[in-house]
Amino acid sequence: MKYELQLKNIKEGFRKDVERLSKQKISNCYQCGKCSAGCPVAYAMDYPPSMAMRMIQLGMHDQLMSANTSWFCVSCETCTTRCPREIDIAKVMDTLKIMAQAGKYKMSDNEIPIFDWIFLKSIELTGKIYELGMIGAYNVLSLNPFKDVFPMGVKMILKGKISFIPHMIYNPFELIKNIRMFRKIKKKDRERIYEKNA
Amino acid sequence: MLKVAYFPGCSLSSTAKEYDVATRLVCEDLEIELVDIPEWVCCGATTAHITSELTAAVLPAKSLIWAEKHNLPITSPCSACFSRLKMGQLNLKNNPALKKEVEEVTGETFEAKAEVLHLTRVLLEKYGLENIQAKVKKQLKGLKIASYYGCLMTRPPEVSENDRVENPMLMDKMVSALGAEPVKWAYKTECCGAAFSLTKTEIVRKLSADILKDAKACGADVIMVACPLCHSNLDARQPEISKLLKTNLDLPVLYFTQVLGLALGYEYMDLMLNKHFIDPKPLLKAKGIL
Amino acid sequence: MARIGVFVCHCGTNIAGVVDVTRVAKYAESLPGVRVAVDYKYMCSDPGQNTVIDAIKKYNLDRIVVSACSPRMHEGTFRKTMERAGLNPYLMEMANIREHVSWVHSDDKELATQKAMKVMEMAVAKVRRSESLAKMFASVEKRALVIGGGIAGIQAALDISAAGYQVVLVEKEPSIGGRMAQLDKTFPTLDCSACILTPKMVSVSQDPNIKLMTYAEVTEVCGFIGQFEVKIKQKAKSVNSKCIGCGVCVSKCPNKKSLSEFDEKLAPRKAIYTPFPQAVPNVPVIDRENCTFFKTGKCKICEKVCPTGAIDYAQQDETIKEKFGAVVVATGFNIYDHSNYGEYGYGEYKDVISSLQFERLINSSGPTGGHVTRPSDHKEVKNVVFIQCVGSRDEAKGRPYCSRVCCMYTAKQAMLLKDHYPETQSYVFYIDIRSAGKNYEEFVQRAQNDYGVLYLRGRVSKIYERGEKLVVKGADTLSGAQVEVEADLVVLANGLEPRTHAKELAQLFHMSYDQYGFYNELHPKLAPVETAISGVFVAGCCISPKDIPDTVAQASATAAKVCALFAREKLEVEPLIATVNQLTCSGCETCYNVCPYSAIEMEDKEVRRGDTRHVAKVLESVCKGCGACVGSCYSKAVDLKGFSDRQVMDQIETATTELQKEIDN
Repeated sequence: MKYELQLKNIKEGFRKDVERLSKQKISNCYQCGKCSAGCPVAYAMDYPPSMAMRMIQLGMHDQLMSANTSWFCVSCETCTTRCPREIDIAKVMDTLKIMAQAGKYKMSDNEIPIFDWIFLKSIELTGKIYELGMIGAYNVLSLNPFKDVFPMGVKMILKGKISFIPHMIYNPFELIKNIRMFRKIKKKDRERIYEKNA
Repeated sequence: MLKVAYFPGCSLSSTAKEYDVATRLVCEDLEIELVDIPEWVCCGATTAHITSELTAAVLPAKSLIWAEKHNLPITSPCSACFSRLKMGQLNLKNNPALKKEVEEVTGETFEAKAEVLHLTRVLLEKYGLENIQAKVKKQLKGLKIASYYGCLMTRPPEVSENDRVENPMLMDKMVSALGAEPVKWAYKTECCGAAFSLTKTEIVRKLSADILKDAKACGADVIMVACPLCHSNLDARQPEISKLLKTNLDLPVLYFTQVLGLALGYEYMDLMLNKHFIDPKPLLKAKGIL
Repeated sequence: MARIGVFVCHCGTNIAGVVDVTRVAKYAESLPGVRVAVDYKYMCSDPGQNTVIDAIKKYNLDRIVVSACSPRMHEGTFRKTMERAGLNPYLMEMANIREHVSWVHSDDKELATQKAMKVMEMAVAKVRRSESLAKMFASVEKRALVIGGGIAGIQAALDISAAGYQVVLVEKEPSIGGRMAQLDKTFPTLDCSACILTPKMVSVSQDPNIKLMTYAEVTEVCGFIGQFEVKIKQKAKSVNSKCIGCGVCVSKCPNKKSLSEFDEKLAPRKAIYTPFPQAVPNVPVIDRENCTFFKTGKCKICEKVCPTGAIDYAQQDETIKEKFGAVVVATGFNIYDHSNYGEYGYGEYKDVISSLQFERLINSSGPTGGHVTRPSDHKEVKNVVFIQCVGSRDEAKGRPYCSRVCCMYTAKQAMLLKDHYPETQSYVFYIDIRSAGKNYEEFVQRAQNDYGVLYLRGRVSKIYERGEKLVVKGADTLSGAQVEVEADLVVLANGLEPRTHAKELAQLFHMSYDQYGFYNELHPKLAPVETAISGVFVAGCCISPKDIPDTVAQASATAAKVCALFAREKLEVEPLIATVNQLTCSGCETCYNVCPYSAIEMEDKEVRRGDTRHVAKVLESVCKGCGACVGSCYSKAVDLKGFSDRQVMDQIETATTELQKEIDN
């Protein structure tokens, strides 16, 4: 892997962004490897967590953001609990995903952003998750319409575990309040990630 | 009379309906009042905190505010919802700037002081294990139960408030109190794959396979869980996992309130045990519990 | 009327570059009582000092002010100059116009000069009221106390005794030897630890100058350098001097309920025991808390079988009071308790052992006769995992420091294991390798190259049990791989920390210690074996983690310091202490309660004819001149020599003359 060290990615840019948004002391990490050792999904990651931390320290945003590392994080918090330097590594992984989904820095090719969009849209419009609608929409949008339908989906329907009627907030005033709230959140997020009024 | 604000979570009205039913049944029996939060909003689960920090703070805050206004502790039977509520509470307490933003967006002021507890702690600590033991009508003798805690109930330590994060014993103590045999096994706090159930199903299959394998190898008859997502990963996907491992695992996965319900004398249909993919009826009949 | 001389130093350009020294000297001449004021380039040099002496003789001066650097630099120099000129050395004041003026106000030369003039004027005001003080001398008790009988204490005791002085060596355990006696072999030479230690232990026991007190503890300390008064509690061994060390009592004792501390709780020991076969003195002690006789009144088998009648159940703890001139503290270390690591099993997995436990297993006089087997089922081991940095370099566990010796001892343990059992495979999980001693790096390389030890760079995240084996989940960050090893035995490299009661012992001496309990040296670079308490020296791991060569070097260093102290007949003590005017003392006992050194006594004295009152008295040899009593006295009966109330008031008035003028106007 060829990488040209550029101080501007370390003193400002990528590393500074991650430090600011995650509020973690990235410089504390000495790559002891305990996080990588305990991570249940590191086997599937392009770079294990300790290497990802090193890449952030060196400002390697291209390589890290196009890798699948942060997308495979299951937020099991094992790394955070065991880190001897008290760094919340799961939060750093979250930060990478937040920045990618907000459009800052690259986003590697995968289906999770689609899922996130559907999930949050469901909460925005109904206040809760309409499971059948969400699974259906996800399957369609990820170009895999018959995923899990047979045998699991059918069995669930037969057992009455999937409701066809969405559960939602029924009070229309609450619903409107909810949608308004989401709009405000979007605005504030844009300001924070892109430092509009820093 | 114990009164708690009840945040069921989205899954409990559909794929984990039996958990809700069993919980309500058991709480009624034990005279614990579950106060439903009106028009509650989804906690956001994993999706919110990987997409927007503010969204992840606002969604649980709405329920926390309600509980605080009504002076009640808030509980959830779902580990993910509990984790979001608790972590949300801690973030708001420790980060005044974030709290201010949340107050601006929701239009309400609050102090972030409601007590947040997982349902296991409400039943087994607040209500008391001795009190439960006193009400046991049927001892679950001979049933070997592996208590599965998973991630979000135990980690990080600030959230779980548990000093034995690597080897929690709360649910195991309940198992002993109900006359059953708690199984000593290694994967009790390993991740099942959680939110990747739909998006990265291969990961869920691998992680859950490891958990089921270990439980079986340590001699468990039944796995006991306290989270609907863990349950669906271990139960609904068990047929696929059995195919993957080329062995018939046949390991029923029960919710802890269902196990509690059995000990309190409730029947198979009352606790909706028929809704599980792996039917526990043959095993429970063989052990003389049904 | 005082005849004061003022000497202003340029200190090259250190002072003169900022302060107008000629102006300061000119200003001094205008002050009342000042007969002469000169400035000179380097006042502390020989010609500089001669200028002072000449001026004293020429102008018949009786006291001087030197405006120069900090008194911590040259107060001693100019006091000696005064003596050479035939004047009392305490009639000299230093005005600090370097550290307090030119070095901190280099940006404003005018202001600096003004301040220098003021500082000098204050010193003149003070010296006007200075008194001649006579030097005080204290006698030095030429006996040293060494606390701790490990290799540091043993070495210090032998070195002090070699110079011909008396030593008392106090050790808490029944035998000396410390941690080194528990080790199997030492790095990098792989010498047998007991073989190189026991000759020194025997020398200690046979040395006529060394009084060995084992199973004893220091309980109280008073006094100061040259005259420490120490109370030592000799715990009752329940065995008297008739013991010949035959060991019959130990072999016949039926009580096996306790676990051997020496064998790190891997094996039981009897209620009457010697910690290890080469114990010095080879006298067993009875652990009264667990002995059947002391708990229930039955048994007494040891008394029955003893051939010389050496068992004495009636023996009591004895407190012995002794005087010492100097103390060496060498209490050593404990290892970090790994039951704090939940991910490694909370200390509950029998086959996850500490480094010292491994030493006991592989040592031929250990609980398994030198066979390394699994403590759980005594089966042979094939795969052994060593985990470094347990309780070290870990902020989350409150131990951010590196324990220095673990990389070396882990390599040693892996090599010894391979020597004993060629079919085993060892894995070492490390973060960095610290091997910065003589032949240390080569030693670690040998472990990797010649002994086939697999070094993996990564911390272990979790250990769990699978059947009979232990599964170790680690990583190798250099290749980016997760590594899972199925091990029979896991050996943790526990970090070093001070002993459990190190803090309490330090408090007896008013010694300072850091947040972990390690003792603080006087200066970490230039005074590594001294403490802020004169006469108390420290050596070994009680200061910070270190290996045996450094420990022995430090022990010998303390011995040199002690011998330097003892080589003098008398010790000069500063006369700058408190005094009580017993005529005005009201006997309220406030100063007595406030004094942190217990240097004030109350007495009933006839202060005037027919007038006996309860008054305070300063113990001159103990007082350190801190001034706490002076500040607390309601009657202003206590004053401090060299810093009297009147002197300080004059200095304050001098400093605030301009302010006073402003207020008046």
